[in-house]
Amino acid sequence: MALRPSPVIPGFNLTLGYTLVYLSLIVLLPLAGMLVYASKLSWPEFYAIVSHDRVLAALKLSFGAALAAALLNGLVGTLLAWVLVRYRFPGRKIIDALIDLPFALPTAVAGIALTALYAPRGWVGQWANEIALKIAYTPLGIILALTFVTLPFVVRTVQPVLEDIPRELEEAASCLGANKFQVLRHVLIPALLPAWLTGFTLAFARAVGEYGSVIFIAGNMPGKTEILPLLIMVKLDQYDYLGATAIGVMMLAVSFVFLLLINLLQRRISRG
Amino acid sequence: MSTLAITTTGLARERRWGAISLIAAAWLAFLFFLVLPLGVVLSEALKQGYASFFTAVLEPDAIAALKLTLLAVGISVPLNLVFGLAAAWCVSKYEFRGKSLLVTLIDLPFSVSPIVAGLIYVLLFGAQGFFGDWLAEHDIQIIFAVPGIVLATLFVTVPFVARELIPLMQQQGTQEEEAARLLGASGWQMFWHVTLPNIRWGLMYGVVLCTARALGEFGAVSVVSGHIRGFTNTLPLHVEILYNEYNHVAAFSVATLLLLMALVMLLVKQWVQEKKGMI
Repeated sequence: MALRPSPVIPGFNLTLGYTLVYLSLIVLLPLAGMLVYASKLSWPEFYAIVSHDRVLAALKLSFGAALAAALLNGLVGTLLAWVLVRYRFPGRKIIDALIDLPFALPTAVAGIALTALYAPRGWVGQWANEIALKIAYTPLGIILALTFVTLPFVVRTVQPVLEDIPRELEEAASCLGANKFQVLRHVLIPALLPAWLTGFTLAFARAVGEYGSVIFIAGNMPGKTEILPLLIMVKLDQYDYLGATAIGVMMLAVSFVFLLLINLLQRRISRG
Repeated sequence: MSTLAITTTGLARERRWGAISLIAAAWLAFLFFLVLPLGVVLSEALKQGYASFFTAVLEPDAIAALKLTLLAVGISVPLNLVFGLAAAWCVSKYEFRGKSLLVTLIDLPFSVSPIVAGLIYVLLFGAQGFFGDWLAEHDIQIIFAVPGIVLATLFVTVPFVARELIPLMQQQGTQEEEAARLLGASGWQMFWHVTLPNIRWGLMYGVVLCTARALGEFGAVSVVSGHIRGFTNTLPLHVEILYNEYNHVAAFSVATLLLLMALVMLLVKQWVQEKKGMI
């Protein structure tokens, strides 16, 4: 299925030109504009903004909560994908259809719904209260909100790969004397890991930048439950455009490094 | 012989219990993570009966917000549809240098925070932005106005259609189009009669995802909107305003409207997916 240049098929110049112009106008030039805007700051000024205590606390919270949510998703998502692929049971189709709900549901709706659910008087919140566990207005609430909005990523990346693994492979392994954990360790995990990592990465990237679902449940206390995107909003509301830009650039840079690392890890895994 | 029979039934029973507990765990996770939030939205919206639900949804500000949301969807989805087609066409039908870079760049908006997406347009068109003075002189307003909302929605929904089409069209290759050309079809004839029928369900799928995101975008739109009631408020922003005014019943009523739209999107998606699976 190697693609050759097709002199017979028209439209190369038109489509490539249109793609480049459109992408540049909507995405690339505006993003580059932010970098140019940030260059109004000298390095010490930039550093002073991003190393401020409030910014560092938000940075830790945003990336920490996103990591926790992506990991939680890695567990719950794998469970859901496994059950959806391997078993036929009542309600399977409903679960399969509703898994994508977090993608379709506006994040603001998710935000107020989860806040109502986990607030001290909410359906779940009152039970948590009994065991002295506070969810809404704490980092735990942020993690749960991020888990909700990114739930489909791991399920939808692992599911098709799992469907393609022939059952015979596991059966052959156990016929050859492998126990359950050996089958898991040597057959299933190597086959699923690349897809799992992709899902994990997508969930993580989305969770770092997520805003709508978090701001309602977070409580937004500076230094405690304030996420980075909100801090950009706060700076913009104070007309501190340079401050907002500096944080925006830092977010892009840190995300980029994270994604690069995961990408490298993925390459090593799929090679080894 | 009998011992063998015992061990296999033992194994089967163990398997069965394993399956049941995994299915139960999946059901619990599903109920906890997805069904409970849905239930909360409905129950909060209908707390004071249907009358207050309809009042909140039919209020002029809510209607204005709905219209603006539909306008943003109506502009951004067709534009990104055409872009998706063009991008998928050049990526899947030709070889050229820098192709994988182009594919990465198309996906870029997915890894940019919506707040940053809004911010970049404020830096371009806002009062302190690059074109701020020029726009003010010519009395054009983009930020805190409808064009800004449309631009922000465009940015966050750029990849959806292209992303669905690229793998599909790569898999289909170029043979059918080449055959059409050799049989004398013009470029447009080839596109309408060969390419489009092949990709229509993938295209629909991308459009559904794009529409769902455009309907619900909050962060990016929130940065550029300025929250002017009745003018620059989309439905999700209207939910936020009502919620922050402690008008919870109204907030959840409008949220229910959005939830119903989301469920319709899911139904259409499911239907398209089944069609796609058949081809």
